[in-house]
Amino acid sequence: MKKLVTKEDSCTACGTCELVCSKTYFKEENREKACIRIETANGKSKITTCTQCGECIDLCPAEAIYRDKNGVVRIKKNLCAGCFACVGFCPEAAMFHHSDYIEPYKCIACGLCAKECPSGAISIEE
Amino acid sequence: MNVEKIKAAHKLLAEFKYTPGKLDKGYANKSLYINVSENKIEAKPVTEMMKEKFTGGRGFGLWYLWNAVTPETKWNDPENEIIISPGPVGGITQYPGAGKSLVVSLSPLTGSVMDSNVGGHFGPLLKFSGWDALELQGKAEKDVVIFIDGNAGIIRIEEAPEEALDSHLLVEQLYEIYADTPEDKRNISVVSTGAAAEHILYGMLNFSLYDTRRKAVRLKQAGRGGIGTVLRDKKVKAIVVKFKGVKGNLNNPADFAALAKTGIKMHKEIHAGDDKQCQMRVRGTTYLVKIMNDYDLLPVCNFKYGSHPDGNKIAAPKWIENFNIGKADGCWYGCTLSCSKVICDYELKTGPYKGQKVVTDAPEYETIAGVGSNCGIFDPQFIIEANFYCDTYGVDTISFGTTTAFLMECYENGIINRQITGGLDLRFGNQDAAMELLHQMARGEGFGRIAGLGVRKCKELFVREYGAGAAFLNDIGMEVKGLEYAEYVSKESLVQQGGFGMANKGPQHDEAWLIFMDMVNNQLPTFENKAEALHYFPMFRTWLGLVGLCKLPWNDIVPENNAQTDEPAKIPEHVQNYVDIFNAVTGKNIDKKEMILQSERVYNFQKVFNIKMGFGTREHDKIPYRSVGPVTVEEYESRQDRYDSQLKELLGMETEGKSTEEKLKALREYREAQYEKLVDAVYERRGWTPNGIPKLETLQKLGIDLPEVVEVVQKSL
Repeated sequence: MKKLVTKEDSCTACGTCELVCSKTYFKEENREKACIRIETANGKSKITTCTQCGECIDLCPAEAIYRDKNGVVRIKKNLCAGCFACVGFCPEAAMFHHSDYIEPYKCIACGLCAKECPSGAISIEE
Repeated sequence: MNVEKIKAAHKLLAEFKYTPGKLDKGYANKSLYINVSENKIEAKPVTEMMKEKFTGGRGFGLWYLWNAVTPETKWNDPENEIIISPGPVGGITQYPGAGKSLVVSLSPLTGSVMDSNVGGHFGPLLKFSGWDALELQGKAEKDVVIFIDGNAGIIRIEEAPEEALDSHLLVEQLYEIYADTPEDKRNISVVSTGAAAEHILYGMLNFSLYDTRRKAVRLKQAGRGGIGTVLRDKKVKAIVVKFKGVKGNLNNPADFAALAKTGIKMHKEIHAGDDKQCQMRVRGTTYLVKIMNDYDLLPVCNFKYGSHPDGNKIAAPKWIENFNIGKADGCWYGCTLSCSKVICDYELKTGPYKGQKVVTDAPEYETIAGVGSNCGIFDPQFIIEANFYCDTYGVDTISFGTTTAFLMECYENGIINRQITGGLDLRFGNQDAAMELLHQMARGEGFGRIAGLGVRKCKELFVREYGAGAAFLNDIGMEVKGLEYAEYVSKESLVQQGGFGMANKGPQHDEAWLIFMDMVNNQLPTFENKAEALHYFPMFRTWLGLVGLCKLPWNDIVPENNAQTDEPAKIPEHVQNYVDIFNAVTGKNIDKKEMILQSERVYNFQKVFNIKMGFGTREHDKIPYRSVGPVTVEEYESRQDRYDSQLKELLGMETEGKSTEEKLKALREYREAQYEKLVDAVYERRGWTPNGIPKLETLQKLGIDLPEVVEVVQKSL
């Protein structure tokens, strides 16, 4: 199963991953529109992103969420009814939404952020 | 099933084309009028006055019906209408419970105006097709199906002679006929009833959705008041809507961000709280059985008792064993409370479909209590079977349960006998007899036809034909206004007696369920408190039906800090959520106070509508004594300690040495007087005269003093 794995101890919270992600996904550098979120508290980093656990698949009333052949959980936008149940029920709080869009979005383990991460805190695991 | 043959038999009677448009802040601003006598289809404007005074949903239904009928109109006259309207918030996908339709018609049971709310996909798909309401009038010559294609903008009335009548078959046939591909089935919803609706007065309506995971049709019910009977009388087999492309913004809301934010907050609350609270996602409303049984509120043997040692046999754990539990069992997109449970591969044991395996909707609390405990039956398999057949035959499970329970008590008291029942041994607990009664309703045969008249007409018949004593039948016949009681014992809660007795349409708990506030938590000690609760809660709950929302996510899940708020019973945070989503959709700026005013306008209008139809005064709010206190010696003695101590504490009566009959009489006098005091207090709070007529100043204050409304009131003041 392909997924993004995180090492929070290595994260410097530079935010590069968030900008790479939003630029890739939405053609805009805006951390609010990233599929990965970095927060810091007491000098420590917290990285929130999808673990590809797939809890959202059975939850989706429109059957718009599925696991692809690489094991990545993905959203079929054309079927999504925009209810955001998946956002509220994600155990990792890693299903994101932004009010500019009527569908949620999530990490699809493309790995572009990992390539740009200067501290090796995120990487793709096959 | 030979779909091609069924389809080939369709004959086009009328066609109407329109340009589907975008919704504007929750409204299509048009409604669809269909007359099946004249095969006429037309669009009507939804006016600003309608939105201002009636908001939508039930409000629109009442307004259209008011204009369609006269005081002389009967339920089976062609002028009677069925109006289906989802309300301006209806169809949003972000907030749980937002797919409700409200159905309004003149009722075969009460003769007056009825409203019934229902889930399923029809209401939202109707609205996305461009219609705030569907108004159905007239009577077809031969059976017809109405088809609405919301993408193409086509509406057709088609003669449809070959389809089955029973919903589980009919609806599947219609999905096969109208879906272009198997994937297209999710875009269709059907309104239908069943074979029994031709023969009984409490026929109900099924509203379907297509379950993409189980690849099966699912049915939700507009159960109350016999609107399915009206549909059959109009010879309309079904109304089909098809709309492809459901998205989260189709209501074109004024503030999508606020809608998303409020919805996600609620999803998170349910995710965190449901497991610890009601476990609706797993158990649906079956969780109520144990609570009601524990608090002496579960109707047993025609409401004689409130609990039974076998209550645990029909409680939630037994249902979970039978459920096929999914994580997305909502009846509309985004309902994460997900109470609409399913039973798969159920093999039918009786009736015309015996031996067939079906996917069927699971019974809800009301059905379990109605066809189960209230009839003295505690067998889940019977309840599943009865629920399936009620649904497919188009029978309201509540009226069926309450009527059957009444008949069983009549039978055990010798008021009716085997000769009269055609051989049915209608003892409490005889599930074979109850099932046969149901099958007879579908066949239009035997005692099933009598049972299908409902409690009020059965009482009249037994007095007239069999010389039964009217007083006893009126005591034990659990109906008000002609509608059968919903399944809660109200004896120990005066406020709930009022909640049932003063409900506009009849004794249904969707206006007020105040038993815990009143009886368990003792939060309503004075008549002023009681009257305030019987003002606020019916108005608040009415509002949900104006805008297209379900009641369950209001208080079957509560915020973690709810108990620390000023008024926990109101669930203040959720009420604010409703204000926020209404404003987010419509762009208006209501607050909690205006919300209640919106309801008061419609509620008082419905009250005046009852008066217009020759009902609506105080005498119509009278309730059977069975709902107030113990009717019989047996009932009194089953809870003797409770009643004795009340007589001592409340009346200072020395109970030692007194006969049960003497105590019964004293308790009855006291309780009946309390009910009258309550009625006085509630009428005053609602701005009505002591005879239950809205005062002119009330109507003026609320802005619902339309000339035709004032005219009705002036005549009766």
